[in-house]
Amino acid sequence: MLNPISLAFKKSKKENRPALLTYTVAGDSSKKQSLEILKSISKYADILEVGVPHNTPVADGGQIQTSSYRAIKNGILMTDVFKIVKNYKKSKNSKPIILMGYYNMIYQFGENKYLKECKKSGVNGLIVVDLPWPENRIFSKKCKKNSINFIQLLSPTTSYKRLKGITKDSHDMIYYISMLSTTGGKLKVSPNKILQNYNKIKNISPKKNCVIGFGITEKTISKFKSADGLVVGSQICKEITRSLNNRQNPVINVSKMVNKLKKKLS
Amino acid sequence: MRLKKRIPVIDQGDKLGFWGGKFGGNFVPETLKKPIEDLEFQFNKLKNDKSFIRERDKYFKNWIGTPTRFIKLSNLTKHIGGAQIWSKVVSDANGGAHKIYNATVHCLLAKRSGKKVIIGDTGAGYAGKMLSMAAKKFGLKCKIFMGAKDIERQQPNVRAMKKNGADVIPVYTGSKTLVDAVSECMRYWVANCDTTAMCVGSTVGPAIFVRICGWSTSQISRELKAQLIEQFGSVPKKLKLYNCVGGGSSSFGFWNEFMDYSKKQVEFIGVEAGGPTKSKKHAAPLTYGSKIGILHGAAQYVNQNSEGQIEETESISAGLDYPGISPLHCFLKDTKRARYTAASDEEALKAYQIVTKYENLRPSLEPSHAFSVAIKEAKKLSKDTIVVINSCGDAYKDKKILEKKLGKKYAKSN
Ligand SMILES: Cc1ncc(COP(=O)(O)O)c(C=O)c1O
Repeated sequence: MLNPISLAFKKSKKENRPALLTYTVAGDSSKKQSLEILKSISKYADILEVGVPHNTPVADGGQIQTSSYRAIKNGILMTDVFKIVKNYKKSKNSKPIILMGYYNMIYQFGENKYLKECKKSGVNGLIVVDLPWPENRIFSKKCKKNSINFIQLLSPTTSYKRLKGITKDSHDMIYYISMLSTTGGKLKVSPNKILQNYNKIKNISPKKNCVIGFGITEKTISKFKSADGLVVGSQICKEITRSLNNRQNPVINVSKMVNKLKKKLS
Repeated sequence: MRLKKRIPVIDQGDKLGFWGGKFGGNFVPETLKKPIEDLEFQFNKLKNDKSFIRERDKYFKNWIGTPTRFIKLSNLTKHIGGAQIWSKVVSDANGGAHKIYNATVHCLLAKRSGKKVIIGDTGAGYAGKMLSMAAKKFGLKCKIFMGAKDIERQQPNVRAMKKNGADVIPVYTGSKTLVDAVSECMRYWVANCDTTAMCVGSTVGPAIFVRICGWSTSQISRELKAQLIEQFGSVPKKLKLYNCVGGGSSSFGFWNEFMDYSKKQVEFIGVEAGGPTKSKKHAAPLTYGSKIGILHGAAQYVNQNSEGQIEETESISAGLDYPGISPLHCFLKDTKRARYTAASDEEALKAYQIVTKYENLRPSLEPSHAFSVAIKEAKKLSKDTIVVINSCGDAYKDKKILEKKLGKKYAKSN
């Protein structure tokens, strides 16, 4: 049987469009609200990335940092993150969940205990920003044993040799970072160039589902329709911040935004 | 875990960059793998290249000024009445602190690899000031990331950076100190690593930065060893080397050449920042038993909560105000080669007053931490024991803090 992440890609392929992946931070702006956001965007998104907030992030831009600090200030703990996922998974129409975060949070929780909780709460995949290949080999094997997708990252700086090694060790899904940037940066490379690199990866590893992230927004998303999947993160986090500043309901606004994103892909 | 002899400590890490199998490494985003590999390749080649060493030594000698003085603090020795107290006055170096060695080497490397811009973090402002000096010297553009709180409390160094033409970029996230500056600097590098070289201001960060920095500051102990032999005929039988420890670059450099001596003969004492006596916060992960965690790309003892969030620190000395510590020092602690302890804000201030009262020397607040412990211990040591304190910074940058804490007159008259 295919795992839920692969199934999601299969479904979007059938509909002749890239899968839409969203990124929101667990606990932003409160535990309850972040759960509501997940539930409300489920209608439109295919896979939900949930950020585990960390206070020393070395790869996040301003938007996601703001979301993370908000969540940490509101007292989010690792156990809350799992609770949010678990509650979300009880809802009708739930989508695959990928937790995305920094290795220290997993290390302090304990790798094995972490994976056990992931399984119990229904997490389908993991992205660990600062655990690159080949350092991640042992952990990614552990994930596989627990039927959790460990998602390898690739970037424009990744050498051909690494590309081969990384794709070989990857599971069903891989993540291509579109450009040299922290999250939330403006697209500073042409979509064509990005798709060229993307195609290089697909040629080496045609069966793996490859998503593109960083710099994907309402404005740019429709330029990447040939990809297997597209990730939108900072723009959504920014929308939460904007809503809070304007005393509007982030749940409604984010849901509207994700709906629009989806429409641009159909 | 074992410390090997006759192999430089910076080269004792394993293939993945871990010392003792668990400290250091490369916990970095994929994007940085390539620039880090390139830097590793370049450094591994150049550190054994005679022409590169000659070039380095030329700048160390003619531009930084080597050797820095090794002086006896006779009045202090008499006042304390125990061991002989000496100081290695590393603040003699061009720019006024040990940070110049690492900054110079990074600029030499950046030049050779054709980079046009170099970026760096700074806490006390010395690492930034030195990088701005070296960048100017070697014709590189320079950007310095500095916590907003540190900008406020270390103005003289901020002015120096700007005078040297560097962009000083204030960092407003988190505690607005060194930890946030390093994060922001790394983030900037992630986004610009194709054109920009990064210098990490201490023996912290991904393994290659730990190695380059340790290799650079080791100049201090090379000089000291020669000076000791000149002074005493050989390395003394009872030698104790006291150094403050923030990230650990000055202490590592002060000790490196003596690594293979028994600790009975040459003891290393690292002094961390204990923070204000009344505060629970500190910047002393080795002294107060912090757990191993990941910070800025490396596994190390680090102040953190049970969740793995990095904790804020508090210290009167911006240069020591960092929640983590070099993997090299974690390794030296667990192999028991070095001993670590802490001095509080108040103890450092008191040591500053004592030193400046008896000697014509003005250690900044960072080395004042080391003086505090050295003075206390020297009392109980025999007269044939040689105590050496690395005075790795000058108090000029701390004028504002000293005035506030000790009164205007005190800060001025010294
Ligand atoms: C004078 C001085 N001493 C010590 C330090 C601490 O750093 P490290 O432990 O890397 O020597 C600093 C850092 O800014 C400094 O400026």
